[in-house]
Amino acid sequence: MTAVTTRTEQAAATSDGYTVVKAKHPGRWLSAVVIIVIAGLLLRSVITNPNFGWDIVGLYLRDVSIGRGILVTLGLTAISMAIGIVLGVIFAVMRLSANPIVRSAAFAYVNFFRGTPVLVQLLFWFNLAALYPVITLGIPGVQLDANQLITPMTAAILGLGLNQGAYMSEIVRAGILSVDHGQTEAAEALGITRLQTMRRVVLPQAMRVIIPPTGNETIGMLKTTALVSVISVPELLYSAQIIYARTFETVPLLIVASLWYLLITSILTVGQYYLERRFARGNQRNLPPTPLQQLKRFFATHDALSLKGGKK
Amino acid sequence: MTTAHDVEPMVKANAICKNFGSNQVLKGIDLHVQPGEVVCLIGPSGSGKSTFLRCINHLETVDGGRMWVNGKIVGYDLKGSKLYEQSHNDICRSRSEVGMVFQQFNLFPHMTVLENLIEAPRLVRREKKTEAVAQAMTLLEKVGLAEKARAYPRQLSGGQQQRVAIARALCMEPQLMLFDEPTSALDPELVGEVLKVMKDLAHSGMTMVVVTHEMNFARDVADRVVFMADGYVVEQGPAREVITNPQNERTKAFLASVRSEPAVA
Repeated sequence: MTAVTTRTEQAAATSDGYTVVKAKHPGRWLSAVVIIVIAGLLLRSVITNPNFGWDIVGLYLRDVSIGRGILVTLGLTAISMAIGIVLGVIFAVMRLSANPIVRSAAFAYVNFFRGTPVLVQLLFWFNLAALYPVITLGIPGVQLDANQLITPMTAAILGLGLNQGAYMSEIVRAGILSVDHGQTEAAEALGITRLQTMRRVVLPQAMRVIIPPTGNETIGMLKTTALVSVISVPELLYSAQIIYARTFETVPLLIVASLWYLLITSILTVGQYYLERRFARGNQRNLPPTPLQQLKRFFATHDALSLKGGKK
Repeated sequence: MTTAHDVEPMVKANAICKNFGSNQVLKGIDLHVQPGEVVCLIGPSGSGKSTFLRCINHLETVDGGRMWVNGKIVGYDLKGSKLYEQSHNDICRSRSEVGMVFQQFNLFPHMTVLENLIEAPRLVRREKKTEAVAQAMTLLEKVGLAEKARAYPRQLSGGQQQRVAIARALCMEPQLMLFDEPTSALDPELVGEVLKVMKDLAHSGMTMVVVTHEMNFARDVADRVVFMADGYVVEQGPAREVITNPQNERTKAFLASVRSEPAVA
């Protein structure tokens, strides 16, 4: 893109006989040099400091128990987000209800779960048996032993899911409110019921506003799952901790966990990019090309080897 | 033209009142619209035309008076001498018999033109997809946009969008069509195509209530023109008569001000 415009500018300038002298940017060169020097120093220390234990990092990067930890982390993220999104939609619709009791209940839920640290909530769920040793759910004949029911895993799912629901409901509510009221009116005038209007007309359009922060929340959730290591759920961090508790190779194993977190969040970021494009349909006349499409176009219009083409 | 005694009017408004807070927008509107009749509501902004139109399909609830559409009281079920407030779903069912076209088109931007058209027939009348599509294509043909069936609303001009919106309303086979300033949001050169579609519709015998500032359309297409100001019906009568020879001072002043506009532009 930039290469093409520069060339056309040059061509246009020389066609009427003048020579164009490009502006110099000494500041850009200076800042680039400073950053490259700092990056080089950092890189050298990372490579030469033996305490990083890169050989041990390489050894454990594909360790079986680390792999199992990754699966637990991914599963926990997916289930908690699913619960969070479902609860979020329900409570967002409740927040917009005409019934003041329904509205207040939704507000109270959001307020409680956003107002307390998720770590405290996790510990609460984990220790639920101390609060209600027997869970009856108010139904006669139902007697559940809280100690058996609330495993570390269920405590983690409940804690993360319910907490996420509170955040998601605010995101969904903002999305619903972003849809023009004329849309609801048009649907109403056609005789479409309120529930159908919400499902078919309002929510799909609200998605454009809901998706980007939800992507961020998913990435955030992936990292928040590390908290459940305190209630000994064998996810990625806890799996690493188990190993270094035995081998004392703390730093290399924390690096192993970090690298995996980084890789997965990077993949999620790419996924979010394409998801956002999908939901921008109909709102932009023409979507800008994806980086992949830009790359393809670049190679289609440029000589692949010299990178100096420019045939149209 | 038929008289009120011959047939049940399509719309019968008796002393309709509407308040927004302490602001009384409609102060007792009486209006009958016969089947097949085209009525244009004109008047200065804030006169209550749009509000009245929205009362006809219950987008606004009335605070006083009674509205009948096609012989049924809007918003209530009459059983014996009691009026039962309708459930939301019943209101929706009655609304589906009245088509409405908005100033801002209000097409669903996330759906293609065709999807916009088949949405309500599929959801409300549970039509099969093939039937709904066939009917939608016929209507798109009628408004001259069959080749745009797969386009998204944003890819169309304002005039095209409004024609799609008219086709979408017609998909529900309404007995009455309401138009709320259908050309006010359009560039001047696009107004004609929308008015032509509306004119064809009028000639096909559709009952229409149109809120408009297009005096030429009102004069040439409408059977009757109703001039509203400050929440009252000030003057009404045969379209040509009211527009070319208004009797009331306020009507005269309004028409003069509307007429002068093109000269300024």
